[in-house]
Amino acid sequence: MSVIDQKRVWRLLDTVPDPEIPVVSVVELGIIQSVEVDPEGAVRVEMTPTFAGCPAIDMMCSGIRTALTDAGIENATVAVTYDPPSTSDRITEEGRRKLKAFGLAPPPRVEGNTAGANLLLMEMIECPFCGSQNTRLDTPFGATLCRAMYYCDSCRQSFEMFKPL
Amino acid sequence: MSDHTQDAATIDLLFRLADDELMMGHRNAEWTGVGPVLEEDIAFSSMAQDELGHAFAYYTVLHEHLGQDNPDTLAFRREAADFRNARLTALPRSDWAAAVMRQFLYDAAEQVRLEHYSSHPFAPLAQLARKFRGEEKYHLMHGKSWVMRLGSATEDSRARLQAALEALWPHALGLFEPGQGGEDAGASEAALCAGWLAQVCPLLVSSSLQVPAERTAKGQWQSRVAAVYGRYAEPAPERVALLDAMQKVYRLDPNADW
Repeated sequence: MSVIDQKRVWRLLDTVPDPEIPVVSVVELGIIQSVEVDPEGAVRVEMTPTFAGCPAIDMMCSGIRTALTDAGIENATVAVTYDPPSTSDRITEEGRRKLKAFGLAPPPRVEGNTAGANLLLMEMIECPFCGSQNTRLDTPFGATLCRAMYYCDSCRQSFEMFKPL
Repeated sequence: MSDHTQDAATIDLLFRLADDELMMGHRNAEWTGVGPVLEEDIAFSSMAQDELGHAFAYYTVLHEHLGQDNPDTLAFRREAADFRNARLTALPRSDWAAAVMRQFLYDAAEQVRLEHYSSHPFAPLAQLARKFRGEEKYHLMHGKSWVMRLGSATEDSRARLQAALEALWPHALGLFEPGQGGEDAGASEAALCAGWLAQVCPLLVSSSLQVPAERTAKGQWQSRVAAVYGRYAEPAPERVALLDAMQKVYRLDPNADW
């Protein structure tokens, strides 16, 4: 059996879309915590959910497993971990660009303060459609747990933001 | 303290946390489809989803680290007498002002609790606490903004909020009932309660509400009303009713493959 290359595993993971925001991969979303390949070729992937109550967690795990087994990696396991907790700061630059193109404002950076009450972060979010910051938070909840709803007073459109976490 | 006693305290604490979240999740889900406006329908549904996710994670820790049954069994096959939720979390749905008030009082307590547990000596709990704090901040933000808005909107909205506050207050204090497994290694319930009072009282006062508490000479808030405890007592009727509804389908065929 040929030795499985870690980089190859990461490339395969980068083809697995987020079930709720399919324009970004699980790698771009920053939820892959680690990839380990043992000498026997067994691959263990650790992922950390954006929200613990996210109903897509099982789908993501099986999506990851399928991508690896389809590529011939027979012994692949996926584990969910909360250590360290996920933060939206781990969304990659490419991921942020794709979110915006999808009409979903990327989250402001929390710089390690995931639990903090710095709700000023929720203000002056740039509208993904027209680029204005003349926007206001409508509600911190939305179509999925990771989204908040906004209204842009410049282009008069509702839009969503990926919540900073 | 021996390891055995420490385990008992940790198990007790995790059941309290998990059962509170499960009950709140169930009651919040009862607003799905009937919220007063679409945004609030979504808000309560989302909070329900978060609470159920947290309950599941706590049950998973109980199962994987502390020798308890699997999460489904713990949620759907346990008897009412074995649940450890505070009464506040299972009280039946009444008007929306009461739902907002319960959520606010509960989330403020949870925020204080999770902050303490973020450095809890039992690592799996500390990890979950650090994660959940980030998620729960949005619940508290929602609760605070609605308490402030309803408190200063109309006489009707203020009166409903005030009535809800008075009815729920003793039950909210009951969140801090001392544990039966011995004092928790993370933080004492009395200290958590003091932290909670310091959070909620100023906001309620600034929302034009009469708080059933007063400031002592030392500047600390103290409740004028006694707490209602119910985590360990004979199961309260609302817990029995909630479980009857929630467990009914699962119990029809416990071996069904979901």
